Amino acid sequence: MNQMKLRERLLEEFSQEDLERVGKIFERYRGKPGALIPVLEEVQAVTGYLPDLLQEWIAVGMNVPMARVFGVVTFYSFFSRVPKGRHQIKVCLGTACYVRGAGKILERLESELGVKEGSVTPDRKFSLQSLRCVGACVLAPVMMVGEDTYGQVQPEKVKEILATY
Amino acid sequence: MILKFEKRGGEMERLNPRTLTEMAEKIAPSLAVRFSDEVKPGEPAEQYHLLVCGAPGCHATRSLQVMERLRQEITLRNIREKALVVETGCNGFCAKGPVMTVYPGGVFYQYLRPDDAVEIIEEHILKGAPVERLMYKDQATGRPIPKMKDIPFFSLQKTIALRHRGLIDPEKIEDYIGRGGYQAAAKALTEMTPEDIIRELKASGLRGRGGAGFPTGMKWEFASKSEGPIKYVCCNADEGDPGAFMDRSVMEADPHAVLEGMIIAAKAIGAHHGYIYCRAEYPLALRRLSIAMDQAKALGLLGEDILRTGFHLDLEIYQGAGAFVCGEETALMTSIEGKRGIPRPRPPFPAQKGLWGKPTVLNNVETYANVPQIIANGGLWYASLGTEKSKGTKVFSLTGNVNNVGLVEVPMGTPLSTVVLEIGGGIKGGKKFKAAQLGGPSGGCIPAQHMDVGLDFESVTAAGAIMGSGGLIVMDEDACMVDVARFFMDFCKDESCGKCTPCREGTKRMLQVLERITKGHGKQGDIELLEELASFVKDASLCGLGQTAPNPVLSTLRYFRSEYEAHIGEQRCPAGVCTALVHYEIDPEKCKACGMCKKKCPVDAIEGAPKVVHKIIQEKCIRCGTCYEVCPKKFSAILRT
Repeated sequence: MNQMKLRERLLEEFSQEDLERVGKIFERYRGKPGALIPVLEEVQAVTGYLPDLLQEWIAVGMNVPMARVFGVVTFYSFFSRVPKGRHQIKVCLGTACYVRGAGKILERLESELGVKEGSVTPDRKFSLQSLRCVGACVLAPVMMVGEDTYGQVQPEKVKEILATY
Repeated sequence: MILKFEKRGGEMERLNPRTLTEMAEKIAPSLAVRFSDEVKPGEPAEQYHLLVCGAPGCHATRSLQVMERLRQEITLRNIREKALVVETGCNGFCAKGPVMTVYPGGVFYQYLRPDDAVEIIEEHILKGAPVERLMYKDQATGRPIPKMKDIPFFSLQKTIALRHRGLIDPEKIEDYIGRGGYQAAAKALTEMTPEDIIRELKASGLRGRGGAGFPTGMKWEFASKSEGPIKYVCCNADEGDPGAFMDRSVMEADPHAVLEGMIIAAKAIGAHHGYIYCRAEYPLALRRLSIAMDQAKALGLLGEDILRTGFHLDLEIYQGAGAFVCGEETALMTSIEGKRGIPRPRPPFPAQKGLWGKPTVLNNVETYANVPQIIANGGLWYASLGTEKSKGTKVFSLTGNVNNVGLVEVPMGTPLSTVVLEIGGGIKGGKKFKAAQLGGPSGGCIPAQHMDVGLDFESVTAAGAIMGSGGLIVMDEDACMVDVARFFMDFCKDESCGKCTPCREGTKRMLQVLERITKGHGKQGDIELLEELASFVKDASLCGLGQTAPNPVLSTLRYFRSEYEAHIGEQRCPAGVCTALVHYEIDPEKCKACGMCKKKCPVDAIEGAPKVVHKIIQEKCIRCGTCYEVCPKKFSAILRT
């Protein structure tokens, strides 16, 4: 796809300002060895996720093969190819949380939200993901909604927590 | 009094070894209060320092609000000269959060609520009468233990890497310098040759704290002897083991110790550029590291012409993007190069060909944090601690079903029982200790009969686990060891990078077998199949991830084989964890129709009414165990089989 067309397609999902901010990120890192991962991290911070079209845009902007971008995006769990919800729910499935029942928290969230782990509710309000250890093992089991951390969560509390958002 | 950086013409003054010492001498008196044990009962001290824990655990239990209230009350009473509130890094006693220590005297307060601020200020600060109600209580007698140093959790520890925990403000370089910080770097840069540094490290017997336990001095020697104008010094802060937060706490509590250790390493090998590879899941550690680096640069302790000795070192923070395998050294370097973090075969070792093909030293956070102490006090001092082959101390993050969850640093060789029962205060809810899991997904379980094992590299390995980075997860009688093995295998399968077949396919097949067993479809011969696969994955995998992935299975098979056999032969999960194998019923004799289980059942699988004995509808039951847990102890009417 040529660049003009790519840009047009991207504007269907992202705003002009966002794309400009992305362009500035390219400028800052271009030519710097090993820059692809920091670039992807910063772009995702602007756009929220990294759909394939945007990856193409990054490949062009950073002058690296698309395969390389796709390879990196799919390798690291921090990068997402699907949109995130306005409130991102993260359930810790680290060992300490797991032995204290985090699996049940995740199950309950899945049934409350009606979506599976790794996806987003149709209204894009919540997205649900699991991760391995946020290092807050003392609070196990732990779930996070956005920046808020909830410790010693009981399955029965899940509904209550969701209701506050 | 808080000292500011000295400024000349608006610029920070770049320090040299002499002015660094002068600065330390100037600051030290303002910190002396924090090291004073002296208290006269009923007589308020001239000045108090209130050290509140600012680690994520305490943040989540509202320590920031506690701090805010303390500051408000202090301002309100106009006693800002008398009381200084300091946000420190992790204090270690996370189970009691939010926690605070008040000096002089070192009075330890626990479970603080913002409203407690008034009483603390009124009684302790203004009248010199510590608040008993908020103190730690002795587990046996229930009597308050006022001083932190007398609480068993602290008194049995020996802190080197964590020596500043709960004592300094990690966001203020003055606190670090006032405690003698950067003196070791000054010594290394002015008085020592690279050979001297390496000799000292070798004498200390320090071994890598990331898990493998390779002697640090030897690693540095290899890199130092590698030819080449460009070399790198890297810090592995990609603490990926679930249930481990030692490195996070070190970075959050004492970031300058890590930087200083890296400067010394750079001098030893002749590197002028370095990276700290830290995982994205640690935003606070990332922030404090970056603040520390800015401050160090401003004072000429990092960057060009460090301490005016002509030595330069540029450090960069590299934020990981969520891949466990990047904790492996070659994968970490590949990731810094901007690629998929895939390991490569060794040799060549990083000391010869590492980052971008240049000689590289990579050490873990805790290892670096020990280095300044070794240079300052001498290798022999460090070697006087620990066992014959494992010197010094080790930091553990003690979690799971233990009372005193927290961060613990003990001399190498300390018995597991001391850590779990004395420091850890025993098992939660009076249950029985079943096993301690050490070393994360690469480690193993140590069962009750080996509780006296010393925590050092050799003894732990002999017991079938590994030291690993220091995650220590305590499991009680309710843990199903087959399920634990399945959990770790699931983790390794997810995190396998896919480059080599034994790891990619082997972990997947092993997981399939384990899942089959936990779902009640285990077949005769499955245990033998697991053993066969395990030895294959161990021997043939490319990197540490695959080579150690079978360990949790092998160690649980070694000590808890009967649990596997019960799952396969009798379709029974002895711990009642594997939902497919448990069955819940209500004992009509015991049920008092209180309605608790009916109310809490998430799928409405319980029928009954007031005064009518309840019953579980088996077709609807999802075996979540909620009823079992909520049924009042005095009735215990739910039967689990």
